[in-house]
Amino acid sequence: MEPVRRIHSKTVVIASSDIDTDQIIPARFLTTTTKEGLGKQLFADWRYQADGSPKREFVLNRPEAQGAQVLVAGRNFGCGSSREHAPWALLDYGFRAVISTEIADIFRGNSLKNGFLPIVVDEQTSQWLLHHPGAEVDIDLESTRVSLPTGASVSFPLESFARHCLLSGLDEFGFLRSKLAEIERFESTRHL
Amino acid sequence: MAPRTLFDKVWSAHEVVAETPNTPAVLYIDLHLVHEVTTPQAFSTLRKMGMPVRRPDLTLATMDHSTPTQTAQVFGTVPIKVDAAAKQVRQLEENAAEFGIELFNMRDARRGIVHVIGPELGSTQPGMTIVCGDSHTSTHGAFGALAFGIGTTEVGHVLATQALLQRKPKCLAVNVEGRLQAGVTAKDLILSIIGQIGVSGGTGHVLEYRGPGVQELSMEERMTVCNMSIEAGARAGMIAPDEVTFAYLEGRPRAPQGDAWEAAVMRWRKLFTDPDARFDAAVDIDAAAVEPMITYGTNPGMVVPIGRAIPDKGDEMFSKAMHYMGFRGGDEILGKPVDVVFIGSCTNGRLEDLQAAAKILEGRKIARGVRLLIVPGSQQIKHQAEKLGLAEIFKAAGADWRESGCSMCLGMNGDTVAAGQYSISTSNRNFEGRQGVGARTLLASPLTAAASAVKGAVADPREML
Repeated sequence: MEPVRRIHSKTVVIASSDIDTDQIIPARFLTTTTKEGLGKQLFADWRYQADGSPKREFVLNRPEAQGAQVLVAGRNFGCGSSREHAPWALLDYGFRAVISTEIADIFRGNSLKNGFLPIVVDEQTSQWLLHHPGAEVDIDLESTRVSLPTGASVSFPLESFARHCLLSGLDEFGFLRSKLAEIERFESTRHL
Repeated sequence: MAPRTLFDKVWSAHEVVAETPNTPAVLYIDLHLVHEVTTPQAFSTLRKMGMPVRRPDLTLATMDHSTPTQTAQVFGTVPIKVDAAAKQVRQLEENAAEFGIELFNMRDARRGIVHVIGPELGSTQPGMTIVCGDSHTSTHGAFGALAFGIGTTEVGHVLATQALLQRKPKCLAVNVEGRLQAGVTAKDLILSIIGQIGVSGGTGHVLEYRGPGVQELSMEERMTVCNMSIEAGARAGMIAPDEVTFAYLEGRPRAPQGDAWEAAVMRWRKLFTDPDARFDAAVDIDAAAVEPMITYGTNPGMVVPIGRAIPDKGDEMFSKAMHYMGFRGGDEILGKPVDVVFIGSCTNGRLEDLQAAAKILEGRKIARGVRLLIVPGSQQIKHQAEKLGLAEIFKAAGADWRESGCSMCLGMNGDTVAAGQYSISTSNRNFEGRQGVGARTLLASPLTAAASAVKGAVADPREML
């Protein structure tokens, strides 16, 4: 995995709370057997008309949203289904981070394993971001801080091991495999 | 030893390596359930790395999410209509064969929804850790197992190592007093709990459902409750095993037998929360006060007792949901017209659910213009329902009776609700587009669903019992 140290980008805002993974990528697209190319289907039902043409009013179809790598969303982003297709689709589209006041457990874990950053900030910071779409933000993983154009800088929680893996481009799988001897010992000595 | 919760006991019994400030715990997994939709990429990773599945004997595969429910397609007399689904089914067959995993394929009499067949076979047992690439894995917690959904990367981790890297979650007690009234079901109880704590009220926590109101429930009812833990944001829900649990499991093909059974029950009897154990948080629910519940919005927390009007909230999320649903704050939900009724899913596709629906449908016909789809949770349940005459009741009432699978819960297999139509569904998610693009879903119990099919409108089942 490529190391992730810093993301500097303008934001796109989807202010709804409780955006579930069925919205991020609807179930009918889960019949794929690869991870690639899911960006086209990101937010498909919000983004396209029934005939496949773009819905002009949806934020991702607006010119000012193009090139943004940071999504700002309402509370409880990524709830619902465990589909890892959700972070795959966000990454394939070009997003690298989401900022919200609360991020669902399974989605958060899936995101970190793919180098997509689930960033939880306080209500005040979130409100500022939700009301300033397009703002240039700076996410620094070394210091675990998000900086806003106002000069404000807030820290965000990030599990220490995930942070270490992201900064050094390590795959968590390598660490788990290094514990195989312990796993074998556990199997042979455990008494039910 | 300090008093511990049920969750603490199961967690610590599976810690291969304890967590430290810098590293997560290595947690051992006893049972890994596999289905066709969330695993192809994990098998590809293993293949690329030249790694075997480490414990195929602890891995069990079935097909459920994208599979057809029409008999001819299931048994191969006609091809599977959805091409991409047919490809996933073939790929799981190839992966299972290549990696030596037991698979219940399309024609197997033991096939069914992954969270229905685990318990049905007796593979799901108290005190186990159980994972699956599906968020409703929480269902298995009904047996006092620690069971949770994982993503595809983690599926690969478990296939390769039989373990996962995890931070220990917190634990929230859901104390249930009182007994459910007639016509009120476990589905209404869990919808009511989600309404109370909200769709993210359980985030970061494992829920333990406890108290006399939970002990009263059958195993199938407990599964319905634990199943929807994830709809409150909790990855897992647990219930301490008791005599009801042991009676359910005894004699099932994959449960321990003979002396091993006695030894297992002795062990399982220790799986309860110690009297003075501390929870990180707690909520109290009075089961006796729960009424039949129905959702009106686009997440399971937007729910009301069936006789109540839709609340009038001013926020943007509420307005967006009302616009999607075609409802308005203050509307009565009783009597709203219904186009489709779906009875099935890992939430409510078990035999007791079908028996409940049959109680309403026996000797009645569904309303003209309503489509009623009844999909059993497994092939074994289908067989039992046919033997008990339930299938005949359903067909006589005008229902479409199918082969098992996830079906219209998520519409991957072509069983969908058309745009703008109203569906009363016994499944677990009323998200926008969940049952089809533009479909409007109202979640309810099998009793409410069946009563609404008869009325052609949202109906209170208590009037028909």
